[in-house]
Amino acid sequence: MSAVISVKDVWKEYDDKVVLEQISLEIAPRAFVALVGPSGCGKTTFLRMLLSEEAPTRGAITIGGAPLPAEPGADRGVVFQRYSVFPHLTVLGNVVLGLEFKDAPILGRLFGAKRRAAEDEARELLAAVGLGEAENKYPAQLSGGMQQRLALAQALIAKPKVLLLDEPFGALDPGIRAEIHTLMRKLWHERPLTVVMVTHDLSEAFSLGTRVIAFERRRNEPSDGGRYGATITRDFEVWPKRIAGEPRPQKKKLMPGRDDPAPSGSLRDDPAIEGAAL
Amino acid sequence: MRLINRRPSLGAARFLAIVPFALVLVAYLIGSGVRLAENPSDKLLPAFSSFAAAIDRMALTPDQRTGDILLWVDTAASLTRLGAALAISVAIGLVFGIVIGLLPYFRAGLGAFVAVISMVPPLALLPILFITLGLGETSKIALIVIGVAPCLIRDMALRVGDMPVQQLIKAQTLGASTWQIIIRVVLPQSLPRLIDSLRLQIGPAWLFLIAAEAIASESGLGYRIFLVRRYLAMDVILPYVAWITILAFLMDRILLIIQTRAFPWFAGARAST
Ligand SMILES: Nc1ncnc2c1ncn2[C@@H]1O[C@H](COP(=O)(O)OP(=O)(O)O)[C@@H](O)[C@H]1O
Ligand SMILES: [Mg+2]
Repeated sequence: MSAVISVKDVWKEYDDKVVLEQISLEIAPRAFVALVGPSGCGKTTFLRMLLSEEAPTRGAITIGGAPLPAEPGADRGVVFQRYSVFPHLTVLGNVVLGLEFKDAPILGRLFGAKRRAAEDEARELLAAVGLGEAENKYPAQLSGGMQQRLALAQALIAKPKVLLLDEPFGALDPGIRAEIHTLMRKLWHERPLTVVMVTHDLSEAFSLGTRVIAFERRRNEPSDGGRYGATITRDFEVWPKRIAGEPRPQKKKLMPGRDDPAPSGSLRDDPAIEGAAL
Repeated sequence: MRLINRRPSLGAARFLAIVPFALVLVAYLIGSGVRLAENPSDKLLPAFSSFAAAIDRMALTPDQRTGDILLWVDTAASLTRLGAALAISVAIGLVFGIVIGLLPYFRAGLGAFVAVISMVPPLALLPILFITLGLGETSKIALIVIGVAPCLIRDMALRVGDMPVQQLIKAQTLGASTWQIIIRVVLPQSLPRLIDSLRLQIGPAWLFLIAAEAIASESGLGYRIFLVRRYLAMDVILPYVAWITILAFLMDRILLIIQTRAFPWFAGARAST
């Protein structure tokens, strides 16, 4: 099958500073791509280009064979590390909102039977992410992990083809993170999603991804100024192969969050790619 | 223990809050007593008995000529002007603030203009308003709007601009149009913040109101103060000033109550950013 997202020789420069150079990448349908790399190497910048929040300086990105639209849209959902949910809406309101945007162009609100149908749909999704009990709370009343579950539900109600995640679980405690990894895996298996997830946690990358891609600067001398950007230095298929929709039977858990093949010594913050040989 | 770590108990805090008021009162009583002992017909610092008589005359007994109770007539006139002016200012502040804060074309076109306009001293425009709009209600309301609205616009625009960009991106990935983003994301989050800036504008609004009433009016709290000034009637002026202060304070409290009741999410959201 042909690629959902195809990135061809993309460069991104800010003023004189090259952030990314020569990025070429084909992302297969239903892939779960984990993007790792040192802090400041341009992972967020890359994701923002996939979102159409930024345009490449050079090169082209296509989605489903067509050039990427000029602005963000419902075909690509997103979860950020922070500020992903709306503080003024309840949990239920945050999820219903996507349906209201779709079906109520003028008022932005649904009423009567349509509203009840939308709420039912939202409740199903909330139950799926484990927030069934919290529908009347405001985001500020939720823990960090619950907020990110809400952000996932909110993004998924719009039924995006592609889900973009920017260090979505980076601020969570390890135990909470393991639980939300299980949820993330389940959602990816159950829904027709292609996922691109930025993370600085290599074990997270290997425990969720079907493919792990590393960005790095080939030259990183301070004297270079901004003349060299980061590019793809590693590109692994995760083995044994994960196939969307075919969850592997869970093995007995040895360690929280480590129920999948992960490279040894991987609970490090900075991806030392060398240590992650396959 | 360091001073920064020493806290009063609840009772002590209440007591401390009363102390400055009591001190001012005592200082007044002493000053008034000293002056009245020297000259019983002194008008500058009247005794409390004179205040009681003046309050009875202004607030409790109908005026002999008109049959109205003057304090209520003045209060109604002033609050009507203030209410109308603040309502207009809020509407202008919301619409222009959101549009300038959110839409780059409007920010480019209006941002600098509003920044300059908000620097025009409103009182300097008062003669122009009286000349062009006449001496009636319109010019008084216009003065308050000119004084208050530009500040509200700028504050709103800044706060809308400060919204996390992630929220606007997120709304777009849910398929929202610009209009839907305004009415479902930006406006509801702007309203409680607008109340914050409106609270700060209550003082200036009263200033402009009293200035306009002092110069051309037949009623209003500011009109009355400046009218009785001719007779050095401190026994009327001081209770009026106290009344205006109470009204302004109550407006502030009511806005605060509206903010917490109508926007229950706001306190938590403010604390977590
Ligand atoms: N809007 C911008 N203008 C100028 N420089 C930027 C901008 N956005 C990001 N950068 C720079 O691009 C580099 C990569 O940033 P980012 O993509 O956030 O890194 P990462 O997400 O990998 O930590 C950083 O050096 C940052 O300073
Ligand atoms: Mg980043």
